[in-house]
Amino acid sequence: MDSYRLSHLQQLEAESIHIIREVVAEFANPVMLYSIGKDSSVMLKLAEKAFAPGPLPFSLLHVDTTWKFKEMVKFRDYICAERGHKLIVHSNQEGIDQGINPFDHGSQNYTTIMKTHGLLQAMEKHGFDAAFGGARRDEEKSRAKERIYSFRDTNGGWDPKNQRPELWNLYNGRHNKGESIRVFPISNWTELDVWLYIHLEKIPIVPLYFAAKRPVVRRGNDLIMVDDDRMRLEPDEVPEQMEVRFRTLGCYPLTGAVESTASSVEEIVEETMLATTSERASRVIDHDGDASMEDKKKEGYF
Amino acid sequence: MAGEIQDGTQTVEEFLAAHNSKDLLRFLTCGSVDDGKSTLIGRLLHDSKLVYEDTLAALKRDSERHGTTGPGEIDYALLVDGLKAEREQGITIDVAYRYFSTPQRKFIIADTPGHEQYTRNMATGASTCDLAVVLIDARYGVITQTKRHSFIASLLGIKHIVVAVNKMDLVDYDESVYNKIREDYLDFSARLGFGDLHFLPISALKGDNVVDRSKSMDWYQGPPLLAHLETVQIGGDRNLVDFRFPVQYVNRPNLNFRGFAGTIASGVVRPGDEIMVLPSKKRSKIKAIVTAEGELQQAFAPQAVTLTLEDEIDASRGDMLVHVNNLPHVAHRLEAMLVWMDEQPLVPGQQYQIKLGTQLVNGVISKVRYQTDINTLRQKGNEPLNLNEIGRVEINASRPLSFDAYEQNRATGSFVLIDRLTNATLAAGMIIDRVSGTEESDSASTNEALSRRESLVNRAQRSEKLGHQARTIWFTGLPKSGKARIALALEKALFDLGIQAKSIIGNDLRSDLCHDLGFTGDDRTENIRRAASACRLLNDSGLVTLAALNAPTEADRAIAENIIGSNDFLEIHVKSTLKQCKSNDDSGIYRRAINGEINNLPGINGPYDPPADSVFSVEPATDSLEQITTAILTQLADRKIIS
Repeated sequence: MDSYRLSHLQQLEAESIHIIREVVAEFANPVMLYSIGKDSSVMLKLAEKAFAPGPLPFSLLHVDTTWKFKEMVKFRDYICAERGHKLIVHSNQEGIDQGINPFDHGSQNYTTIMKTHGLLQAMEKHGFDAAFGGARRDEEKSRAKERIYSFRDTNGGWDPKNQRPELWNLYNGRHNKGESIRVFPISNWTELDVWLYIHLEKIPIVPLYFAAKRPVVRRGNDLIMVDDDRMRLEPDEVPEQMEVRFRTLGCYPLTGAVESTASSVEEIVEETMLATTSERASRVIDHDGDASMEDKKKEGYF
Repeated sequence: MAGEIQDGTQTVEEFLAAHNSKDLLRFLTCGSVDDGKSTLIGRLLHDSKLVYEDTLAALKRDSERHGTTGPGEIDYALLVDGLKAEREQGITIDVAYRYFSTPQRKFIIADTPGHEQYTRNMATGASTCDLAVVLIDARYGVITQTKRHSFIASLLGIKHIVVAVNKMDLVDYDESVYNKIREDYLDFSARLGFGDLHFLPISALKGDNVVDRSKSMDWYQGPPLLAHLETVQIGGDRNLVDFRFPVQYVNRPNLNFRGFAGTIASGVVRPGDEIMVLPSKKRSKIKAIVTAEGELQQAFAPQAVTLTLEDEIDASRGDMLVHVNNLPHVAHRLEAMLVWMDEQPLVPGQQYQIKLGTQLVNGVISKVRYQTDINTLRQKGNEPLNLNEIGRVEINASRPLSFDAYEQNRATGSFVLIDRLTNATLAAGMIIDRVSGTEESDSASTNEALSRRESLVNRAQRSEKLGHQARTIWFTGLPKSGKARIALALEKALFDLGIQAKSIIGNDLRSDLCHDLGFTGDDRTENIRRAASACRLLNDSGLVTLAALNAPTEADRAIAENIIGSNDFLEIHVKSTLKQCKSNDDSGIYRRAINGEINNLPGINGPYDPPADSVFSVEPATDSLEQITTAILTQLADRKIIS
């Protein structure tokens, strides 16, 4: 029977491909949220595999808060051009006009307006009825309870107490007009699985994941990179060059770096395995309160 | 993952090689909050050093605020109770998924709530699992909810059970408490058909036998929980025999390529295989198995692949590709066990959507045959099901469905019902193998009916000549309950009265007529079919037949009754307790079953349904063999079978 054995990564891959195909078969207008990070990169690879030898039968959507790292944007445009994927970039123009930024408005308000509202605007504008996201259940406690097909009401909201039962691999994607489903094909992957897969499949990722000398300032426990001159420095703050890398990527003023010398995927795997803090520790937005992720999701956050 | 590299000598390459080849075990934990389930999971994660420092710091903070373990103690349950309401109320409402891995395996835990009102959540968690950890509080032993959880696990087809007797610290680590609970569990779970039952005494709170061996229970020699989970064999559970490929999506990127994308539900496929498309029954051959990495020479469940065919035949989402010589059922009607999951109750006759694999059709529940009381496991009325109720139903679909029995094939034997207005997922269904011949058979696998030649001598003429009726007396009872002994004594007694009788003994059949059969599902059914056919032949030739063989479930006996004919089938219950049967056991099968050397022994690790109370019964423990034969002869005379 040994020749009929699948490793855990092969099993996870098969499950994810099944989910992605299921959505394309059953929804009228799906889209893939592409956040440029490592999880999105793995999800994109799985989608490419699901429809090989054909192209992706949907577009990628990037909700650009305008505060992403410059390298992320560059990487996004490079990947989409190279693979021939259709990319939609959406920013919340109202938010931009009001000058919403992570410094003056607090991370919570900023995230709600630029990310959550931006996403809902894009979903409505293009009439998407399903959106793939690269969230994993091991990231955070409330995500551990979210379904693979996460039903959202007309406001994009999640009701954790009223989720549809999800059995076997039978997903219920039925919805009325205006409602939608967020789909998480890599729900069952862990951070380590993602890195193992990137290594095995040689998936390109944003260079920010690898250690390099970068200009950072220390704020409490966080190392914040000064990615452009919009960064507001405190009077006594002077950016210093430190050897750092990022475990997750988001908006640069809200994403902490970690000191590291890991400059290859192998070294990152090694570091990840020895890590004593969880990856979301470097996400400033999660520190807003014990249940902050759950609250954000109820409002329509991914 | 902290703690995965145990020593510094392993290189990253070695680590990657080990982790790339390890496999995956999905398991379920069941037990109520009071049984310490969340504490157990927290302890597993904590002791295998899989909890990050920042998580641990937050845990210490939360323990002060919401903890139930007293000041200064860490409440491990808070590690896993994810939703705010749960943390505040101290109960686990939903299914939460936890992940951890060791160098041997990656584990996915479905953490499900225990209260009766969360039956649906437990069923949800169990649907994707291969193993269940059933927690029992050592102070209370096997209680109603233990039975409920075990029943649901069995209903959802889980074959591997670990019974963890928890809170041993509160009963002074007493071995006799543990042994009593073990015996009780074995007794009640016999009819649930778990292939692999494993017991261990633990204290999740104190960490005894969870990851590390307990220092307080020398009398327990087995491995701790984690070691067991790391080594338990589950690979054999997969169905690699029946090739089933539900077409998920037709991939047609250009005019030169037309592939059928999908996940192999079961079985193995290779290029050149002859296949049939169901329900259209069109045939073709597999041309290639296409993946992003190139073409494969074979693919098997649960791989996700794209198949191309030699011929331009029509197939679309919802169709199923199968091998021409191994077909599933194709029918409008099916019977299933249903777990009702919605606030609005089942309405017989109402149109629902049925999602079965990639098939989506409308259908109605034409009949509720019975409900199962999930606390006593007994059948009760046939009222429509409400939230969290379970029952057996008949379903009529608007179009033919391709399916297998859930027991043979989880992927093609399961479905959900969806409300057409609210879009809610209403129920989960597990298809039951239809008892052959009890309804119109539109199965694709049925042979053309063969016409029978009528004998020139009929039954009435034979019985007139012989002076008695021909019947099959079917003895039902646990293995070693005394069925064969009684059958042989009765055969002699009947002969002495001038009545032609012949006994059919299960063990003997196994060495001749049925020597080619094993003891697993299909083979057991075939064994019963052959035995019953032999009984019928003997009845047809005018003889009384005395059948003594294991037909442990109601379904088994229904097959026999159906073949023999209800009028000719007389069941007698040989009532012996498990204890008496064990003491009658000269062949050692009970000991071997308890030690796990043989599977599927009714009453131990295989199912056993005692007959209804209305069935005539005899009790070898209280009556002598002579008294028993006399009682049966009286019965036969009362029924005018003999005079």
